[in-house]
Amino acid sequence: MVNKYRVIRATKAVSVHIFLLAIAITCLFPLFWMLRSALMTNATVFTDKSLIPSEIYFDNFIKAWTEGQFGMYSLNSVIYTFCVVAGIVLIASLAAYAFSRLHFPGKNFFFYMFVAAMMIPLPGSFVPLTVLMTKLGFINSPYTYVRQLGYILCMINVGLSLSILLLKTFFDKMPPDLEDAARIDGCTKLGIWRHVALPLARPAIAVIVIFNALNVWNEYILAMLLLNDIPNKPTIMPLQRGLMVFQGAHSVDYPLLMAGLSIAAIPIIIVYLLMQKHIIKGLLSGAVFG
Amino acid sequence: MALPQKRSMSLPRIRDQLGSFAFVLPAVFIFLTFYIAPFLEIFNLSLQEWNGISPTRIYVGFENFKELMSDKSWWVSMWNAAYITLIALTFQNALAFALALACDREIFLKGFYRVIFFIPPVLSEVVVGLIWSWILYPGLQDGQHIGLLNYFLHKIGFSHLVNNWLSDPKTVLTCVAVVHSWKGFGWGFVMFLAGLQTIDRQLYEAARVDGAGSFSVFKNVTVPMMLPVIVVVMILTILGAMQAFVLILSLVGPSGLVDYTSVPVTKILEAMTRQNRYGYACAMGVNFGMILIAVSFCLKKLSAHMKQA
Repeated sequence: MVNKYRVIRATKAVSVHIFLLAIAITCLFPLFWMLRSALMTNATVFTDKSLIPSEIYFDNFIKAWTEGQFGMYSLNSVIYTFCVVAGIVLIASLAAYAFSRLHFPGKNFFFYMFVAAMMIPLPGSFVPLTVLMTKLGFINSPYTYVRQLGYILCMINVGLSLSILLLKTFFDKMPPDLEDAARIDGCTKLGIWRHVALPLARPAIAVIVIFNALNVWNEYILAMLLLNDIPNKPTIMPLQRGLMVFQGAHSVDYPLLMAGLSIAAIPIIIVYLLMQKHIIKGLLSGAVFG
Repeated sequence: MALPQKRSMSLPRIRDQLGSFAFVLPAVFIFLTFYIAPFLEIFNLSLQEWNGISPTRIYVGFENFKELMSDKSWWVSMWNAAYITLIALTFQNALAFALALACDREIFLKGFYRVIFFIPPVLSEVVVGLIWSWILYPGLQDGQHIGLLNYFLHKIGFSHLVNNWLSDPKTVLTCVAVVHSWKGFGWGFVMFLAGLQTIDRQLYEAARVDGAGSFSVFKNVTVPMMLPVIVVVMILTILGAMQAFVLILSLVGPSGLVDYTSVPVTKILEAMTRQNRYGYACAMGVNFGMILIAVSFCLKKLSAHMKQA
């Protein structure tokens, strides 16, 4: 009898593991296939189906980086991500601190405005936003940095509400003793925000940084509508946009496309593996509010 | 020793409040310009006929909405989105829930699975779409299937299943839905797992002592306790699936089978950038937004109702 139960339990455990392992392979295999295809030539990629190609060929990465402009696209993505995240952290932490600790008329009204924005899905809002950005002169500006600034401002707005909400809940839970002590020592409001509140809020800020960085790095629709290249000037497109442009132009060169995809995907996977706790925390808290 | 609060507006007090308001000023300014203004403008534009360039906009009342009601391709796109949503709600969430249940105990490699399942959600739609378009690639070269899926089906003896997955009207939308689920299930998994871990273990033990079997424990303890999380995941699944536009664009391509893969965002973009009908595009956005709000409202009501029962 004992043996029978043992067998049943062992079978259960093994089948659960087979199930989990199968799904894990399904998650990883497409990425492996991408990398493998990136290391082949156009001549072999269509026919050779071996898991590890007999001849490893790195030229696709070099070609994608230079000729395919992936170096520029990556740089642009890094710039956008950095500027948007820095802007969000600065603006959202200032606002969240004020919503949590300071007093001024209309405080609740403005705060609930941000909350309401998260509750209402507005799928077509990119239409009037594009109209507005054209009107304000961002989209067709002769200066690249003005065009880039327009996109950065829009992306700051995208991440602002959630970041303010996250930070405000964090500040609300913080004991006010340290701030009181700083105030008695003659610290200004701005000084308290800078020297007391911000350092204490570091865990919440880490979540915001990671969450928004992922969002900006992976964004496509606004980059498509707001960022047009100026002829004869270096491209201002970020990676996701560049990938689609590249795919349109080199639709048959799959190894090259896979190299471009690897350039876009691998940094994100590495960042995720290094910071997975913060990323998952950010997405969970985002979902709770959303 | 609390001082009585001064209610009169003295000059230092006003200055103090202005200083406090300056903290929220940048956020409020950006929000008003890039969120509230477009938000109001979308309703305004939805009542107008405008090509995006001309200085004159013609007020047409609810004409755009009337046209939308009888626009067959709009409702096709809505149906396509509903189909993707339905598969995401059932297949993707059931898979996520099953995986979360499997990982909600001390098992070997638990941390590894948690890390791996969340890799697809951190990738962008463009990357996911392009990788899968390569795996689902159709056609033959030198008598061999080019795409990995067709090659694999052939190898394991299911040659009759070999298909032009992304150019066959019968399969293309299901492919989109499955790839969408592949990208999304890890995210539901993380949400469900976090929810499961908040359930008090003593509830399970109490149910077991009362003689409940595994399924009974699942039905009477796990599911009721998880109901709030399930509703949040469902709402977010709906919002996500409805906007699968970028995934479709990268997976199927801009020219591929538009009528079979269009979702509302495809139609909004098409009305805006191809037909230059900005008013009509905004009417679509308003219509679609209202449907999304109605659906998530119904879900919330339903869950509140189920909790009472």
